[in-house]
Amino acid sequence: MNRPLRNAFGLASLLALAACGSSGPPAPPKEAAIAAFATVQQVFQHPRCQNCHIPGDAPLQFDNGLPHEMGVARGPTGHGAQGLPCSTCHGEKNAPASYGPHAPPGAPHWALPPPEHKMVTIGLSAPALCEMIKNKSENGGRDFAALLKHVSEDKLVLWGWEPGGNRVAVPVPHADFVAKFKLWSDAGGPCPAT
Amino acid sequence: MVSLTINGKTQQFDVPDDMPLLWLIRDFAHLTGTKFGCGMAQCGACTVHLDGSPLRACVTPVSAVAGKSITTIEGLSADASHPVQQAWAELDVVQCGYCQSGQIMSAVALLKAKPDPSDADIDAAMSGNICRCGTYQRVRAAVHRAAELSKA
Repeated sequence: MNRPLRNAFGLASLLALAACGSSGPPAPPKEAAIAAFATVQQVFQHPRCQNCHIPGDAPLQFDNGLPHEMGVARGPTGHGAQGLPCSTCHGEKNAPASYGPHAPPGAPHWALPPPEHKMVTIGLSAPALCEMIKNKSENGGRDFAALLKHVSEDKLVLWGWEPGGNRVAVPVPHADFVAKFKLWSDAGGPCPAT
Repeated sequence: MVSLTINGKTQQFDVPDDMPLLWLIRDFAHLTGTKFGCGMAQCGACTVHLDGSPLRACVTPVSAVAGKSITTIEGLSADASHPVQQAWAELDVVQCGYCQSGQIMSAVALLKAKPDPSDADIDAAMSGNICRCGTYQRVRAAVHRAAELSKA
């Protein structure tokens, strides 16, 4: 066997072995995953999500992202200032409709990300947001499985789709968003170039 | 029927589930030290404690606190001897007084979380309690004094 032919045979054998050794379905095409990330970005940078994923220590509120009234702060754990936790005003669920449109919204464990990993999404470009989401030092040590669980099941995240009052809900259906997130993460989380 | 423990006393209340806790406290438990200010958690006058944590009673339906323990201003002490109440009296913090039970309940919650707070800690924790008389300087001084009294 001449050398080029031997090399080609060796390469084919390696590819065959790699194929036999892999498990589960093949990763989605990179282009489809990057296209799916556009939906992920749309949700992560919606006011219902980004109002608390902020770079400073003062959360935002309302659809136009105004600074939270009363000088509310992130605090040492993300649950507000010591002595003024988020739960002072934000209950486990939205107040009854009879309380009017100005009652504070509520969902379980209402809080911001903790100061050691703020998970900032506001103002990031698509590539920067993509890298941040995957970065365990910024995302609370979450791998793709944990991230998928967060966006699929976390009750505070789910509140974004049923925010009550006159707040605008996240416009992408939750199931569609989760499907797009999974498609993107199953492909290894490729990031767009721009 | 809702069961609640208020200031250590467990009681049954025949009220709608969506009644604000503040209504129950004032009109059914007849504890009128907790005040109605804005009705939307904007002013802090209705602050009570839920299992030791501050809570705005005006936006909390009783269904959310069923079976739990509530402390109102009346429950801090029987004779105004709580260190925060002592400090408030000593520094004559009160002007019109309407917001002060909420201020005191927030101050107690702060000192529980941070026994020796800085000015910044006090400002951050008390920023949700509005005082139309502008007693903020005396509130801050009294929180520092209460911290001293608590250590004594």
